Amino acid sequence: MSTPWSKRFGWAGADGLVLVLALFPILWIVMLSLKKPADVTDGRFIPKTLSLDNFSNVFNENIFTKALLNSFGIAAIATVIAVVLAAMAAYAIARLNFPGKAVILGAALMIAMFPPISIVGPLYNMWRNLGLYDTWPGLIIPYLTFALPLAIYTLTTFFREIPWELEQAAQIDGATPFQAFRKVIVPLAAPGVATTAILVFIFCWNDFVFAVSLTSTSAAQTVPAALSQFSGASQFTAPYGSIAAAAVIVTIPIIILVLIFQRRIVAGLTAGAVKG
Amino acid sequence: MEAATAGTRAAAEAQPRKRGKISNRTKSERRLGWMLCAPAVIVMIAVTAYPILYSVYLSLLRADLRFPGDRAFIGVDNYVTVLGSSLWWADFFHTALIMVVSVSIELVFGMLLALVMHRAIFGRGLVRTASLIPYGIVTVVAAYAWLLAFSTPSGGFVPHVLGIQHDLVDQGHPVTSFLVVIAAEVWKTTPFMALLLLAGLALVPDELHEAAKVDGASAWQRFWRITVPLMKPAILVALLFRTLDAFRIFDSAFIIGQNGTNPKIETVSILGYNQLLNRLNLGLGSAVSVLIFLCVLVLAFFFIKVLGTERPGDAA
Repeated sequence: MSTPWSKRFGWAGADGLVLVLALFPILWIVMLSLKKPADVTDGRFIPKTLSLDNFSNVFNENIFTKALLNSFGIAAIATVIAVVLAAMAAYAIARLNFPGKAVILGAALMIAMFPPISIVGPLYNMWRNLGLYDTWPGLIIPYLTFALPLAIYTLTTFFREIPWELEQAAQIDGATPFQAFRKVIVPLAAPGVATTAILVFIFCWNDFVFAVSLTSTSAAQTVPAALSQFSGASQFTAPYGSIAAAAVIVTIPIIILVLIFQRRIVAGLTAGAVKG
Repeated sequence: MEAATAGTRAAAEAQPRKRGKISNRTKSERRLGWMLCAPAVIVMIAVTAYPILYSVYLSLLRADLRFPGDRAFIGVDNYVTVLGSSLWWADFFHTALIMVVSVSIELVFGMLLALVMHRAIFGRGLVRTASLIPYGIVTVVAAYAWLLAFSTPSGGFVPHVLGIQHDLVDQGHPVTSFLVVIAAEVWKTTPFMALLLLAGLALVPDELHEAAKVDGASAWQRFWRITVPLMKPAILVALLFRTLDAFRIFDSAFIIGQNGTNPKIETVSILGYNQLLNRLNLGLGSAVSVLIFLCVLVLAFFFIKVLGTERPGDAA
């Protein structure tokens, strides 16, 4: 109540500025995607006539629909495996006493800083020899590796905050170990696991280096890699309209995740960064 | 940690006399810990340590996939070739420039954004949600949004509005090309920087600010004398993450450089990619990869040892 109006206006201005800066480039790509294919290169910000032609074009292109399926499948599988493996490791690190814990966290941190381009060459060579080049597992494996450090850090932070004594308390009250786990620990751990899964999914969905290096056809090419290979619907049309439409489509799942899980994502991103 | 092991410790103390049992318990706890960590550790090591060693091995060979019969051990010749080429140094300079400029801008913008997220009297949720969208968006998509806005031949609105006829992001215009890459990087990663800083900002006690206010310190003085010193660990962690990330820049420079074909904004990662996957020269490409790896190690060492950045999660 006591906040002066000038201060309110100041913060409103700051809020507004952040919104504009954060959303303007997205607004531009949406506008571009809604132009008629013939108007895409006219240089206007707002389309002369609105049209969904770019979207229907892009959905008619096999390269895009297959890439969308690859992106979803690969990211989902990598997320499930990464979260399961990371949950096991994070449980051990948060709850058990064993030597080597610090080494594991240190190694995970090193891998998080590892330049992916440094292993692209060997992986390309190895995958060709092993028949993993241009396949789903060929991308899932490197995604796992680079997602695990993120997942282990985030989950360890969440697991450290779980009051594990409750499990024993439940057992004293007559619950079987399995009941104690299912009814007490799972509900407490679920938010952390969900947050980690979201962050890992965004990470896999975003990758470009591995996707462009380790795939070559629609068998495993994900959307970011397919986008860079787009050509126009015909020889005479530029691919920009299709690129814009595809860009909007792959951004929709991210916007949905952000709108639903804003708090969780913020908590997850900051979890690993501060000492708990 | 304390809370997590309290249960097991209490259980152990309940039977102080049976030493043998305690050590068995410890032993089985250790075994369980290692078993639970093993799968994750194996996957992480197998896909990084083995390939990087293989990379080191390849970098010592003359290995060109187009001439497989010509493979031979040539020692450090590939490194001599790479380090003696103006291409490597030009790309190294491009990478360092993008890294320094974009991380500096991100630090300033990230701090401002973190302050808005932390202190705004209303709209905090809205601001956080809006800034998470650039964070979550696919980097390639973000790069296209910026490329298509600035490129004249693809009908960008920026040159149209400014009445510019030439292409702002082609080889002939390196300065504007750099600015577009940096803008795309800054737009995409400032929210991440801001969230890491926000975590540090939350640790600064309000009472200190109140006390300083009573003593007559201005907002500017309070920021520099209280907030910044207390946030130093968070600032260093944020800088460490973003600097290493910026040095590895690939996606946005590759897309804005027309699939890595604009040599004026080629970065070391793009150089490595072009050598390995376009020219199929595994020897030279691996030498570039190993050099990038060494650069990242040096940067990490600098942050952790010289600046004293605390390793995140060191609480263990």
